[in-house]
Amino acid sequence: MAEVKEITIGDVAKRSVDTAEFEGETMALNIGPSHPTTHGVLRLKMQLDGDVIKHCEPVLGYLHRGDEKIAESMTYNQFVPYTDRLDYLAPLANNVTYAMAVEQLAQLEIPERCQAIRVLCCELARISSHLLGVGVYGMDAGAWTVFMYTFSQREKLYTLFEELTGARFTTSYTRIGGVARDIPDGWLGRVSKFCDQVLPVIDEVDTLLMRNRIFMERTAGIGVISREDALGYGLTGPNLRASGVDLDLRKDRPYCGYEKYDFDVPIGKNGDCYDRYLMRGEEIRQSVRIIRQVIEDFPDGAYYAEDAKKIFAPPKAKILTSMEELIQNFMIVTEGPRMPEGEVYFEAENPKGALGFFIVSKGGGVPYRLKIRGPSFCNLSILEKLLPGHYLTDVTVILGSLDFVMGECDR
Amino acid sequence: MDWIPNFLLPFFYAVTMIVAVMTIAGYSVLAERKVSGWIQHRVGPNRTALPIVGSIPIIGPFLTKLGIFQPLADGLKFLFKEDIMPGHVRKGYYFAAPIIALVPALTTMVVLPFGQYVDADGVTQPLVLANVDIGILFILAVSSLGVYGIVLAGWSANSKYPFLGGIRSSAQMVSYELAMGLSILPVFMWAAAPGADYGLSLYGVVRSQDGLWLGIWQPISAMIFLIAVFAESNRLPFDMAESETDLVGGFHTEYGSFKFGLFFVAEYAHIVIGSAVFVLLFMGGWNFLPFVASPWPDGVIGAVLSVLWFLFKIFAMIFFFIWVRWTLPRFRYDQVMRLGWNILLPLAVGNLIFNALLIAIHDRL
Repeated sequence: MAEVKEITIGDVAKRSVDTAEFEGETMALNIGPSHPTTHGVLRLKMQLDGDVIKHCEPVLGYLHRGDEKIAESMTYNQFVPYTDRLDYLAPLANNVTYAMAVEQLAQLEIPERCQAIRVLCCELARISSHLLGVGVYGMDAGAWTVFMYTFSQREKLYTLFEELTGARFTTSYTRIGGVARDIPDGWLGRVSKFCDQVLPVIDEVDTLLMRNRIFMERTAGIGVISREDALGYGLTGPNLRASGVDLDLRKDRPYCGYEKYDFDVPIGKNGDCYDRYLMRGEEIRQSVRIIRQVIEDFPDGAYYAEDAKKIFAPPKAKILTSMEELIQNFMIVTEGPRMPEGEVYFEAENPKGALGFFIVSKGGGVPYRLKIRGPSFCNLSILEKLLPGHYLTDVTVILGSLDFVMGECDR
Repeated sequence: MDWIPNFLLPFFYAVTMIVAVMTIAGYSVLAERKVSGWIQHRVGPNRTALPIVGSIPIIGPFLTKLGIFQPLADGLKFLFKEDIMPGHVRKGYYFAAPIIALVPALTTMVVLPFGQYVDADGVTQPLVLANVDIGILFILAVSSLGVYGIVLAGWSANSKYPFLGGIRSSAQMVSYELAMGLSILPVFMWAAAPGADYGLSLYGVVRSQDGLWLGIWQPISAMIFLIAVFAESNRLPFDMAESETDLVGGFHTEYGSFKFGLFFVAEYAHIVIGSAVFVLLFMGGWNFLPFVASPWPDGVIGAVLSVLWFLFKIFAMIFFFIWVRWTLPRFRYDQVMRLGWNILLPLAVGNLIFNALLIAIHDRL
């Protein structure tokens, strides 16, 4: 006769709670490196539970070009084109920041006219970058038309850049000690005309998105970054200010004569995707305000530091006619600008955040070491904390709201 | 020789209808590109020309600027592109999916009336392939089969993005089906008053709207139905299944060439059918204007006019679809579900009960 055994299986429900047995199977999903939502070559390795993100690991470096190492083998001026390719949505601002970092190393005094030109460059670049940021953000949320509206404005900006620098995209406008050339005739008028017609477009974009019920549901309360997290992860720029931190280098550590201009710094409250959208629209308006003040009181004088004979190459006409200038130009081209020994760290408020250059010089025309602090890199570092718990569809909105650019992130 | 009227004539009509709907679908793609161009300060397609037609003075350049030949070029492109099939798909389902997506859309138009013909004796006849008295039921039943195309496409592709798209669209379409069905019940409760022999036929509904459109009379039903049509046809703001920014095309990510073309045409065919049903139910079909008797004369001319007026209304609806798509952002998946189950469905049920009570009171008086 068979023996009867008693088997106890215990309390199934309790056991499953204890061991989390009934947790659903997760799915590994890889977004990128080539994916429309990543705006470049960001890659996200994610674990999904249904539609909810459980774990996210950003993988960077697909656009790494070794810019910092390249800088060590070329003169200071030769590196300017490489700065175009950092935040390639605002190349003028990068040019200015880099030039100012090197000038701080050389302790150059920059004439007022050059500073005014540079402020114009920075603010136009900010408008250009934010226009794209807002447009792409709208596109990520599904509103394609917003993208087209803002992008057609950027085309007009590019035409202005082309007049100023000769290139629409890769401007390479600044030189150490000045800018490549003076502003063209009538350019200021065209800039102010552009400013007059960009504001209605921003208002129109706001009517499409700001009070749009769907857009608000998609963005309000999504991707909330607390004040502490924003500071802890080293966020800068609009993303930091959206979380309620009042930090704008243009106000707090004025450079380039920003202290002369009257403008407000928009500060967010909740640090969610919706606030980050509002930030950018408002910053465009403030930039327009600054530009108008600059144009109203545009200084005369030289557009480069005239006393910096060993750093800034003289005008071409003088090189061809005068012996001294010819030798000066020859020395700058062959050996690079003469820089003193020393270390300098300079950061400026770029559209995406604080872009910093740390330069170690051992004298001569070539930096010994050049380190770049890219705001997008720091802004993206929060992804690993920010994304889990959100839906897969939220990834597009959150990435769009952070407004990063991989050229600067991977360098 | 009775096989000509029995078989050949219906076949001819059916082919004509398919050609008509496909043409409208093709040209709504053009309309989409043109209208989106206007909305976005662009020009839209304006280059494609036929060799001979394009060189006719004045007319040729005008048609070219209008992009009239663009759908032809698009169709040919779909046909002649290399048909790549990824190695990891489930072949049978993969091939069946685009067909299943398109066939229901084309089948439903059999029961769509598109005009009326008043013959010499003053008898009004509907212009329709099959004037079945369960018309709307047939449309609901068959058009909801279209979801199988999308679900099969998503699952057979055997890849993650289409899979997510397939799951989303199946859930979404099933939930909006309910609200859609409930929203049009009041319409038929009023149209098929006791004693009327209309039943569920669409022709009857249009007849009952001579004078007062149901869209004015039943705005809640019209609104729910319109939203549900948007969701059923997978258009923005409900294009969860496609969602190109996060799912990169969703269910049709792994499709190319003509198989993708079939999905593409199916989406627009769904819009055409949805617009047609909406016009029939809520915008008076081919009736002229609300509160105005239809001025269509008897005979063939009147029939043609009624068909043209009906088509005009459909185009207006298609324009509305396009307008919405290029204005609004996209919902998130869970918001779509919440809207469907928590708002539209209770609203539809409430609307149904309210109208039932109204009818009961109306009948007592």
